[in-house]
Amino acid sequence: MSRLHFIAMRLVKTALVVFAVVLLSFLLIRLAPGDAATVMAGQSGYADEAFMKSLRAEYGLDKPLPAQLATYLGTVARGDLGTSYVRRQPVLDIILERLPNTLLLDAFALVVAIAGGVWLGAAAARRPGSAGDASVTVLSMLFYAVPQFWLGMMAVLVFSVWLAWLPPFGIETMGADYTGLARAGDIAKHMVLPGMTLALYYLASYARLTRTAMIEVADQDFVKTARAKGIRESQVARRHILRNALIPLVTFAGLQASILVGGSVLVENVFSWPGIGTLAYEAVTARDNPLLLGIFIVTAVLVSLFNLVTDIAYSIADPRVEMGR
Amino acid sequence: MLVSMQGLTVALPSGADRSLAVDKVSFEIDANEIVCIVGESGSGKSVTAHAIMGLLPRGVTATGGSILFDGVDILRQPPEALRKMRGCDMAMIFQDPMAALNPVVTIGRQIAEQICAHRAISQGRALKQAAELLGRMGLPAALLKSFPHQLSGGQRQRVMIAMALSLSPRLLIADEPTTALDVTTQAQILKLLKEIQAERQMSVLLITHDFGVVADMADRVVVMRHGAVVESGTTNAVLGAPSHAYTQALIAAVPKGEAILPPLPSTDPLISVTNLSKRFRRGGFFSHAPTIAAVDGVSLTLSRGETLGIVGESGSGKSTLARCVIRLLDPEEGEILFDGADIAHMRSGALRPLRRRIQMVFQDPFSSLNPRQTIGDILIAGPRAYGEDIKDARARAAEILRMVGLTSESLRRFPHEFSGGQRQRIGLARALMLKPDVLIADEPVSALDVTVQAQVLRLLDDVRAQMNLAMLFITHDMRVAAQVCHRVMVMRHGRVVETGPTRDVFAVPTDAYTRQLLAAIPGRLTATQ
Amino acid sequence: MKKFAAVFLGRPMALVGLAVFAAIVATALAAPLLFARGPFTIVGMPLLPPGAPGLLAGSDVLGRDMLVGLAYGARISLLVGITSTLGAVGIGVLLGAVAGYYGGVTDDLLMRVTEFFQIIPSFVLLMVLVAFLQPSLNSTVIGIALISWPQVARVVRGEFLSLRGREFVQAARTLGMRDAAIIFTQILPNALPPIMVVSSMMVGSAILTESALSFLGLGDPNLLSWGSMIGGSRSAMWVAWWTTVLPGLSIMVTVLALNFIGDGLNDALNPRRGR
Repeated sequence: MSRLHFIAMRLVKTALVVFAVVLLSFLLIRLAPGDAATVMAGQSGYADEAFMKSLRAEYGLDKPLPAQLATYLGTVARGDLGTSYVRRQPVLDIILERLPNTLLLDAFALVVAIAGGVWLGAAAARRPGSAGDASVTVLSMLFYAVPQFWLGMMAVLVFSVWLAWLPPFGIETMGADYTGLARAGDIAKHMVLPGMTLALYYLASYARLTRTAMIEVADQDFVKTARAKGIRESQVARRHILRNALIPLVTFAGLQASILVGGSVLVENVFSWPGIGTLAYEAVTARDNPLLLGIFIVTAVLVSLFNLVTDIAYSIADPRVEMGR
Repeated sequence: MLVSMQGLTVALPSGADRSLAVDKVSFEIDANEIVCIVGESGSGKSVTAHAIMGLLPRGVTATGGSILFDGVDILRQPPEALRKMRGCDMAMIFQDPMAALNPVVTIGRQIAEQICAHRAISQGRALKQAAELLGRMGLPAALLKSFPHQLSGGQRQRVMIAMALSLSPRLLIADEPTTALDVTTQAQILKLLKEIQAERQMSVLLITHDFGVVADMADRVVVMRHGAVVESGTTNAVLGAPSHAYTQALIAAVPKGEAILPPLPSTDPLISVTNLSKRFRRGGFFSHAPTIAAVDGVSLTLSRGETLGIVGESGSGKSTLARCVIRLLDPEEGEILFDGADIAHMRSGALRPLRRRIQMVFQDPFSSLNPRQTIGDILIAGPRAYGEDIKDARARAAEILRMVGLTSESLRRFPHEFSGGQRQRIGLARALMLKPDVLIADEPVSALDVTVQAQVLRLLDDVRAQMNLAMLFITHDMRVAAQVCHRVMVMRHGRVVETGPTRDVFAVPTDAYTRQLLAAIPGRLTATQ
Repeated sequence: MKKFAAVFLGRPMALVGLAVFAAIVATALAAPLLFARGPFTIVGMPLLPPGAPGLLAGSDVLGRDMLVGLAYGARISLLVGITSTLGAVGIGVLLGAVAGYYGGVTDDLLMRVTEFFQIIPSFVLLMVLVAFLQPSLNSTVIGIALISWPQVARVVRGEFLSLRGREFVQAARTLGMRDAAIIFTQILPNALPPIMVVSSMMVGSAILTESALSFLGLGDPNLLSWGSMIGGSRSAMWVAWWTTVLPGLSIMVTVLALNFIGDGLNDALNPRRGR
């Protein structure tokens, strides 16, 4: 099985997942209590009979179920995720406008989480049972137990209110109109608090995972062989222990992405970061169901693509992976 | 004197079942000789070997004695000095070559890594040297770019040896290097080691549990038990006239590879298997992997009171065959006539009453008993499944336990309280509870120490004779087959290669593969001398 | 059994976790007795700090007693955490056992489904579910159970798959035991340890998820939970830190206690896992 075939199979799998997501959205609308048109119009204030009638016609709600599904699939395939009646804009446009902000924040958090987590976990694993190791474990447990949104609020309280080091809200200073490098710097300053808040939970996960993986790998026979060959201890740690311990982390990164999106919703909310997370919240509050569903579909697609990338990375990292599956 | 060990004592961390792994062990290794340390599990032989290399695991520390390597005391060397010696002056190879090689680095780079760690040469030149080394091991240079999982067990062990020899060490320590390999591969690797030792005139310390290997390989032998040296001397002296009782027992327990049992007069077979086939396909529903015929057109007969041995290496299909006969697996083709009825494709409803008459003893004493059930519950599970009364079943359980050499007091205890040999006895008792006509023993002694092996084999034979059972005995070890089987059937790649009375097959094997298997038995030449 | 208890109780963290959790459960159960008036009753001026007369934990934006709110919030968190976990474990064990034991197409199907749930952002799905079902206690519990069961099923399936190949299970088949008997008497008791560990962790994460939902206003509008307390305090946070800090600390302490218990269970049930 060549790598190309492997990638092709994974693409097919991703496509199936996306299809399942769209199917799920369709079912959710139909299964929700109340008539589908009401669900889709939400509380947009347009709920007069003429509007409902046009809605029914547009979505073919008086036709049998399979026909409705076909219509829905057709519209989604064309990139039309429906219209938000609350905002009077196509859903896809609204989402695409805010998407880059979320991607920026999530990417920052992911990088910090992985880099910091692996570093901490590796350090802890080097001296298991030591004070340093114990403190890493305790800190990890603390960050697991903390509600992310609350942590964000505490961060605002400490760093913005009491210490006034960092700005508490938004993505850039209002009305300042920075450009170029100054603008990047401004955004970066605004990104620190929400980014770190988002990252900390995943940092704890990575630290624990790296630590466990490294301790387990260190016990394996091939590490003993490496030492029997008289290789320098630093090289043993890097090329034999860490290299093998990193393998499960790659898959983990893929799984984390879907949880990251959820965390993003909460953190963006606390910091009023203008991304998809706050958009989701606004959609929920306004009962703007087409927008909410659109967000679900878009985020699911993005996460599946990210998983595709990590799957490929995994197959590169671990040569034992049978390409056929 | 290359290595001189004096009074080595190694302590185990608290919580282990004893305090010392090694207790005041002393012996010597000269230049240009092969020394074997032989002992059963828990004898401390492996720890001793690791101590010489300075590779004792965390928590296990040398608390006394000295190990002089060329005059330098290993136990008192700083870590950096030891590191320079490892791989360079002394090298070690381990038991399981799959686990002992880094799975994500190519073979070439793993060999080159060792060379570059001690010599200031470029990666490219080191790889060239690696290719030469592989060549001398009989492996193609193309393997440099392969990963460990792409090689066979024998190839991996050759790679390990190549790596160990790359810097021409004066001492090679081999810790059970062939235990995880097939019998034929085992013979090849041992032959290779002997050739290399003679060619380079280096010293070899070989750790093994098999006295047959000692007979073939060693110049001198050290016998260990419970962490202490029991006896040592030249191989001829120790094998010919062992002075210590334990050594005598150890040597006596090794099956000699001589067929003991005469063939039985032929009677109507109780089980008759014709043209049985079982195929497997790797991967799941969407896999394109080819099907493997694990069992391919196999036929056999088995009569009451006789033991038929099914001998083969890993992948021969012997275990799959056994599991088809007992219907743990469903064969694709063929028939299995048991007492007149064809059970090969019978539905479970009709199969049930016949099922109880064929029972199995499993290989691994540590996973064949449910750790959360008492022995009593384990034993009565079978009768209960067929609706028998609890009191009757318990009474019979006590009786059968006595038959296998355990007390009825065991009924209340849990598996973890028993040793490996005892657990196999319990497994046998469980099989006997349903009063079967046929007993299938799937490698029943492979996981046991040699001294315990002999006892359990004797027990199996006694039970077979006493209850007039028909027994199917699966094993990879020809020596064991010789001891308990009337007839023997040799399998390879799913097919039957040869079959006949044990004595005949051993004396005059007709098939080349059978001859290979017999030739590979360690110590056979010396034993028959 | 005795060995398990000895190891578990020997770990100080597990003991602390157990004690703290027991205290929280006790508070939750006692709340209606201690504070019969309920958490929505206004008792005084809004935003009074802790230590004000009669207000151990201060008052919130509307002048309600924070302590009463915290006590009643415990009820909601525990109720949601435990029932949703029970639901998830129920579904997960059932499906995972069948898939792991019988393998084949059933197993393939289950693996695809659990992979699907792993890939899609479950919190967003939860928001959609709760929004569509209309926010209430039931929809919260059902929603959290629905997004949590795949994790349990995966663990159970893995355990059943590996245990099924163990020789004592094969022996049970040769002894004539029926499938149901094998699953319940042979495999399940041996699969319990990881199920227990996953369950205890899951209660903690269910509590976190519930608090997140009610923070966003998707919880039951008629019930007060720790998350909704934090959500309601956003405007006052800058001047009255206790309205935010105290509920958050409650969540943290509860989840931490549960994680300690889970870790203790893990250590006690997997003795070979050396630190």
